[in-house]
Amino acid sequence: MNLDANIPSGPLEQKWDKHRFDLKLINPANKRKFKVLVVGSGLAGGSAASTLAELGYEVDCFCFQDSPRRAHSIAAQGGINAAKNYPNDGDSVFRLFYDTIKGGDFRSREANVYRLAQVSASIIDQCVAQGVPFAREYGGYLANRSFGGAQVSRTFYARGQTGQQLLLGCYAALSRQIGLGKVRMFPRTELLDIVVVDGQARGIVTRNLVSGKVEPHVADAVVLATGGYSTVFFLSTNAMACNVTATYRAHRKGAAFANPCYTQIHPTCIPVSGDYQSKLTLMSESLRNDGRIWVPSKNGDQRTANQIAENERDYYLERKYPSFGNLAPRDIASRSAKEACDAGRGVGESGQGVYLDFKDAIGRLGEDTIRQRYGNLFHMYEKITGDNPYQVPMRIYPAPHYTMGGLWVDYNLMSSLPGLFVIGEANFSDHGANRLGASALMQGLADGYFVLPYTIGNYLASAKLGSVSGSSSEFTGATKGVEDQTKKLLSINGKRSPDSIHKELGRIMWEKCGMGRTEAGLKEALKIIPALREEFWNNVSVLGTGSELNIMLEKAGRLADFLEFAELMCRDALERNESCGGHFREDHQTDEGEAKRNDDDYSHVSAWEYKGPDKNPILHKEPLVFDNVKLATRSYK
Amino acid sequence: MQWLFKYCRSSIGSKVLMAVTGLMLFGFVVGHMLGNLQIFIGQEAVNNYAATLKEMGALLWLARIGLILAVLVHISAAIRLTRGNQKARPITYAHSGTVQATYASRTMMKSGLIVLAFVIYHLLHLTFGVILPEAHSATDSLGRPDVYSMTVLGFQNVLVSLSYIAAMLLLGFHLSHGVSSLFQSLGLNHPRYNPIIQKIGPSAALVIVLGNISMPIAVLLGLVSLPAGAAS
Amino acid sequence: MNLNLRVWRQSNATDPGKLVDYPAPDISEHMSFLEMLDVVNERLIVKDEQPIAFDHDCREGICGMCSLMINGIAHGPEKGTTVCQLHMRHFKDGDTLVIEPWRARAFPVVRDLVVDRSSFDRIMQVGGFVSANTGNAPDGNAIPISKVEADLAMDAAACIGCGACVASCKNASAMLFVGAKVSQFLHLPQGHPERKSRASNMVAAMDHEGFGNCTNQYECEAVCPKEISVSVISELNREYTRATLTSGSD
Repeated sequence: MNLDANIPSGPLEQKWDKHRFDLKLINPANKRKFKVLVVGSGLAGGSAASTLAELGYEVDCFCFQDSPRRAHSIAAQGGINAAKNYPNDGDSVFRLFYDTIKGGDFRSREANVYRLAQVSASIIDQCVAQGVPFAREYGGYLANRSFGGAQVSRTFYARGQTGQQLLLGCYAALSRQIGLGKVRMFPRTELLDIVVVDGQARGIVTRNLVSGKVEPHVADAVVLATGGYSTVFFLSTNAMACNVTATYRAHRKGAAFANPCYTQIHPTCIPVSGDYQSKLTLMSESLRNDGRIWVPSKNGDQRTANQIAENERDYYLERKYPSFGNLAPRDIASRSAKEACDAGRGVGESGQGVYLDFKDAIGRLGEDTIRQRYGNLFHMYEKITGDNPYQVPMRIYPAPHYTMGGLWVDYNLMSSLPGLFVIGEANFSDHGANRLGASALMQGLADGYFVLPYTIGNYLASAKLGSVSGSSSEFTGATKGVEDQTKKLLSINGKRSPDSIHKELGRIMWEKCGMGRTEAGLKEALKIIPALREEFWNNVSVLGTGSELNIMLEKAGRLADFLEFAELMCRDALERNESCGGHFREDHQTDEGEAKRNDDDYSHVSAWEYKGPDKNPILHKEPLVFDNVKLATRSYK
Repeated sequence: MQWLFKYCRSSIGSKVLMAVTGLMLFGFVVGHMLGNLQIFIGQEAVNNYAATLKEMGALLWLARIGLILAVLVHISAAIRLTRGNQKARPITYAHSGTVQATYASRTMMKSGLIVLAFVIYHLLHLTFGVILPEAHSATDSLGRPDVYSMTVLGFQNVLVSLSYIAAMLLLGFHLSHGVSSLFQSLGLNHPRYNPIIQKIGPSAALVIVLGNISMPIAVLLGLVSLPAGAAS
Repeated sequence: MNLNLRVWRQSNATDPGKLVDYPAPDISEHMSFLEMLDVVNERLIVKDEQPIAFDHDCREGICGMCSLMINGIAHGPEKGTTVCQLHMRHFKDGDTLVIEPWRARAFPVVRDLVVDRSSFDRIMQVGGFVSANTGNAPDGNAIPISKVEADLAMDAAACIGCGACVASCKNASAMLFVGAKVSQFLHLPQGHPERKSRASNMVAAMDHEGFGNCTNQYECEAVCPKEISVSVISELNREYTRATLTSGSD
């Protein structure tokens, strides 16, 4: 497997400029002769599809939602980073680069991250030009705030709906190209396979979710912008239908999957309230600025929060991390909450929750000040839980939020399968082992607006692309494979709903491959998951037919891929004998319970190669070289 | 001029037509009421007013044609819009609910049609004299048509008065939504003035209703009566 | 709590469909409305009955996918809320809930409670954008925009495209949706070069799709989960008239 990252030579600052000059161009009149399929219509996919169409390529874009405007990028709240240095507080491209590398716990590629920081400023310009209503100061200039522990204010935002506004901006650009006939949009259409011809990705097979029609699509290149896989845990902050199918099917067709174990668990989410729970809701991290986190000191204390006296409470973050206290980083805060709950001191009906208490802040600042700062969040909390956080403490618990792992890509964002490009959360490239707040939107748009449109042209100009037809054996074979899987799922006639099995998988993954991982737990998971997969293929119930809107069939198909992918995740977590960023191995911690990185043995990207069903995947390592930053240990004591 | 035709047939253009013709008709209702209220001053004032109007000749006809056109456009646009609206939801809800729409706003077509029927009755009554022909041909001491006596005679009939009062209440209903609504349709909207605009409709409706029903009520109560010596 | 559901079932676009009664016993008041439907669906699957199809995705009130009419009110009885944010504690034990799909000619039913809202996308494709190709943009701070105007633009831009405005309007009018987009770009200088073509093209597309006309009853505003004001409709009326009266002088 070729894992050459194709990083341009020369100084870090000049790599991208030099590379852009070296990239081959396509004559404007010839661009329309190339067809590109973009799968996914979120920030990455939407921006890529519209930009490629503006350049003159023929583009087909696919999404499983009813409209490209609904991609899950829309749910991002906080903001988008850019090294504009508008507040004049010392930000620079290099500082954004450094913060991102360090935040990723030194597990990402220098050249990619530096380019991300470089193009970040253009993203803001582009979005403003599209009419994205960013927050503004009274003087009419763009407002910035600090976010995610950065020491500079570089985050641009549109109220608490930044993701929505950025997505609507790129949806508008995409809509314009659809209206002009340059992009053909396929909503309610799901990718079910990638087609490889002569070693190149030359198309996909999709299922129309309304009619059930399975169709081949032929192209010169395929772009996956299909997001992350947090829903492997069933419960996460992701949308219900987010899935790993596209990236996993690509993996099965030869694309290496990199660092699947890197998942981010967000500390401040509303806890699970019962078995029926379908989704976890994120509460902005900013609440920790004024809220104090605690649990009862006594195990199994059933009293209500207000009945528990001050000396019977354990403000565990303040106790363990006196200097950072309640503002300890995401991974630490998440893990500490889990520890407290595992010890039987969790609160709420399920025991899976900790208090986030504003009583002191209200006493100190007054209810009005708190209302001004967090009114909308308190309102949202009350809407969901029915509790009034001005009177009783909030209950929070960590939840899976983002996945840093994804398909391996080189500097050109091309996977190890030639002609298959992967952008946004679906690739692995920029966040290392942990993503900083307000960086996901930046990466999705950087890839789609400013990186892929250049690099894909180079591929199309230099690859030898033979003529391919949808009736070739590769396409008919893939189409038949998809139809066979549909028939198989419909013929099992078991007793269990797809959701019940997905919930079981989610529990296994959360317990064994969630916030804290151990060698024994992961090994156990690697035994249970195949058994559950067996149970699925023998006992899942999928009613109805394949030629109609069939929600059970959709869920079962996605779950089938999760049941294989989960194993890959555990395998990767087991193999990585260190703790870094979101990957915390309980058997690799310092005496004080902090993450212990092993730079000598694990300063590499783990890229897995699929070898066939029931065969172990092969691990390839892409070494990470740091020429411009010094590896350091994070401490928050 | 094709653009104008296209505009008038568009959803928003039709709404603007409704608003503009509605405004014209509202203007007429106000003027008509002010003229009639002179009944409280006396026979001389009203009859003089009526005679002056008639002497305007061509101008009067211009106004009449304008009004008739406004009525026709208002009604035909309403019918076209209602048809379009029914087509826009071919299958209705099994359980329908309303959150905030006022009763008046939901019954504009009905109140409008009843008001139209009343206008026809009203014209037959007082303009063409079909309903009370004798009173209609009466003249006052100066030989002018005796509008004053004709009106008082009409309203002395309790059934006629009640039908006028009922019609005015419905007109008020129609105007309470219509007048505020025309601001919205014409795009006359500003956060600072919106609270006033919302109150304009109901207030205008109240004034029109009170002003118009004051006349039959005054007649029924005997506050306004036939001049001494007039035929009764 | 125990509930009685009357749910619209329709197997495909051509099936006439009907309301079917489903008892929903043992519902926790902490469930969201959609989780209640999940539970009902799981029970149906156990009985080998097809689950009720409904659109949903983010379940946090921002994607605009969920779309249910509950007892005649779009997104149910709570103000400023999507169905996915509506919790069962707002209902009483023994309630009968009639659950229907959005009803409009321009939103044909796909299956059960799922409707096709691609008409909204088609309206957007003729004018719901600023024509700014990637790479064209000047510096983000090149054009200062008053905070007041930027906030007004954001108020309108908050639209999630769920279609509750159409569903609740007795005329199935899309004026709030179209007005929101026109208003957003009206309050930003970036939207001005195309303001005339935007207003006329979007209204023409809206009419063409078969949406009804606005009769100023403001039911749309009352059910809008993002509480978008009907002042955007007024702005749309003005923009459309302005575009018609002054076109040719762009």
